[in-house]
Amino acid sequence: MKNKIMRTVCVLLVAMLVVASLALSGCTKAKETLYILNWGDYIDPQLIKDFETEYGVKVQYDTMANNEEMLIKLESSTSIYDLCFPSDYIIEKLVQKDMLHELNKENIPNIANIDEQFLDLSFDPGNKYSVPYMWGTVGILYNTTMVDEPVDSWSILWDEKYSGQIYMYDSMRDTIGITLKYLGYSMNTRSEQEVAEARDALIQQKPLIKAYLGDTVKDAMIGGEGALAVVYSGDAVWCVDEEEGNPDLAYAVPNEGSNLWFDNAIIPKSSKNPELAEKFINFLNRPEVAKQNSEYIGYSTPNKAALALMDEYWTQNEIYNPPQEVIDRCEIFRDLGDFTSVFSDAWDAIIY
Amino acid sequence: MKRTFFSTPYIVWMIIFIVVPMLFIFYSAFIQDGHFTTEFVNQALETPLYISVLIRSIVVALIATALCLLIGYPVAYILSNMKKSTAAILSMFFILPMWMNFLLRTYAWQVILADNGVLNMLLTTLGFAKGSFMYTQGAVLLVTVYNFLPFMILPIYTILSKIDRSHIEAAHDLGANSANTFFKVVLPLSVPGVVSGITMVFIPAITTFAISRLIGGKKYPLYGDLIEDKIVASGNLGLGSVLSIILLVLVIISIVVMHKMEAEQGNEEGGTLW
Repeated sequence: MKNKIMRTVCVLLVAMLVVASLALSGCTKAKETLYILNWGDYIDPQLIKDFETEYGVKVQYDTMANNEEMLIKLESSTSIYDLCFPSDYIIEKLVQKDMLHELNKENIPNIANIDEQFLDLSFDPGNKYSVPYMWGTVGILYNTTMVDEPVDSWSILWDEKYSGQIYMYDSMRDTIGITLKYLGYSMNTRSEQEVAEARDALIQQKPLIKAYLGDTVKDAMIGGEGALAVVYSGDAVWCVDEEEGNPDLAYAVPNEGSNLWFDNAIIPKSSKNPELAEKFINFLNRPEVAKQNSEYIGYSTPNKAALALMDEYWTQNEIYNPPQEVIDRCEIFRDLGDFTSVFSDAWDAIIY
Repeated sequence: MKRTFFSTPYIVWMIIFIVVPMLFIFYSAFIQDGHFTTEFVNQALETPLYISVLIRSIVVALIATALCLLIGYPVAYILSNMKKSTAAILSMFFILPMWMNFLLRTYAWQVILADNGVLNMLLTTLGFAKGSFMYTQGAVLLVTVYNFLPFMILPIYTILSKIDRSHIEAAHDLGANSANTFFKVVLPLSVPGVVSGITMVFIPAITTFAISRLIGGKKYPLYGDLIEDKIVASGNLGLGSVLSIILLVLVIISIVVMHKMEAEQGNEEGGTLW
């Protein structure tokens, strides 16, 4: 009896395997597939479906948690990705390593929709390899019921009045970067002395802060669990929203300046289908597509044709669409090269 | 013959998911650009900061294990002295949370301990002042103990309930009082359960990183956090691998030591979870 059951189970298992492998190989052969690697929650999923229907292709969409994870995935010899969205300073690194496909602009005519001030930037002169996808600033999100004074300087994060109510960002470049700005230095400094000063300032600040958080800082601030937090502008857009967030919250980019960041579409050299990837980049830069995508994510679009289609909620929102003077006082990250180890030693000393 | 046949899938599984990843770890720890290197090992052993994080992790894991034993042993003892049916129902309550993922349970504690969370709501309704519980060392320990306590209770309970009642009756007959019976008879017989309990709590406690990040807000980071940071945030696979190997060696040492202790006790009763 028992034997019979075992045999039936075995037969069933084999049958399932055969059916599954047939079904899988069936799919992959039928359609071209575009492999995308992106940050979590960083595209309107409807747009992927639209692209699939319009071009008769399949999109395999994977997510990553940070730039370094993406680098590891792209460097692997079995990398399958055709399209990826790393940050500015990572592109510099990828170019140095000769890992990027040079874009064929004829396939991306919609690049003309992008605001000129976001093209030809330091990390990719002439946009040979990348097209900006989203951009934003780093600033302070604060709860107006707990903070009365105007927030215009990073120094408020060192104010003992707010002891136990401050969240810092669990990210080496961002946290050390804003501290360098607070001290009046460049975020891209190559001076060990300046990094050491920033390190000491952050160690001195540690007793005042509530926690070093990643994405969870949004929920904590919306829940009224803190007075001040360092966040990306794109996240701040949702946090201050009346329906989705907490209307008591406000966002400010301090006068000392901050980080201006870009996430950009790139095609790895290992891509087997760069042309389809270029089509996707072009698709993303259609004004109505870029609008829909940006409104879904809440991060600012560099696409000026899309911005022109958007209503006041977005265009009048200074977090989403900051005034020119805010952009002017911000700095873009550069790849630090070997100097990264000085930053990471400082970060170890702060956290551990 | 039959036995080997049935173990084949398990062996294949082990090779693919345990042996091969381990080889990858050793490869990235000692090979850089195709050459053998001890650079990462030196870095891991010579940076005082990394050593102090390791020591802190050991201390935290030891405290958590001690707390689990302190709470877990009496609970297991009480359970083992109950009617079988009552004990079965009660031990269900300890197993039930384990059906839910460990991370989800940790997230649930965030909701309980938050400034405007369940615990503070309860305190204010009862007329007490609000406290700040999240992101403290105490909260990290509490959640660690909560998560690993069942691993302490269950093996001890299993052993205690297997102890032959006639031993205890014999001790009483020969004039030992309850305390004497416990310390001279029950406790020594339950050592195998205590040993597996300690091992099963200490190892996950020393390798954890999620709790110190989610509940401790990275203010009380452990060795696991350091490894994650080195690999995920700095992309330094080599150093991260060496740190992982150091932790692995430590875990192996603790398992061997615990087994030695158990063997010395001479466990005729047998039947640990290992």
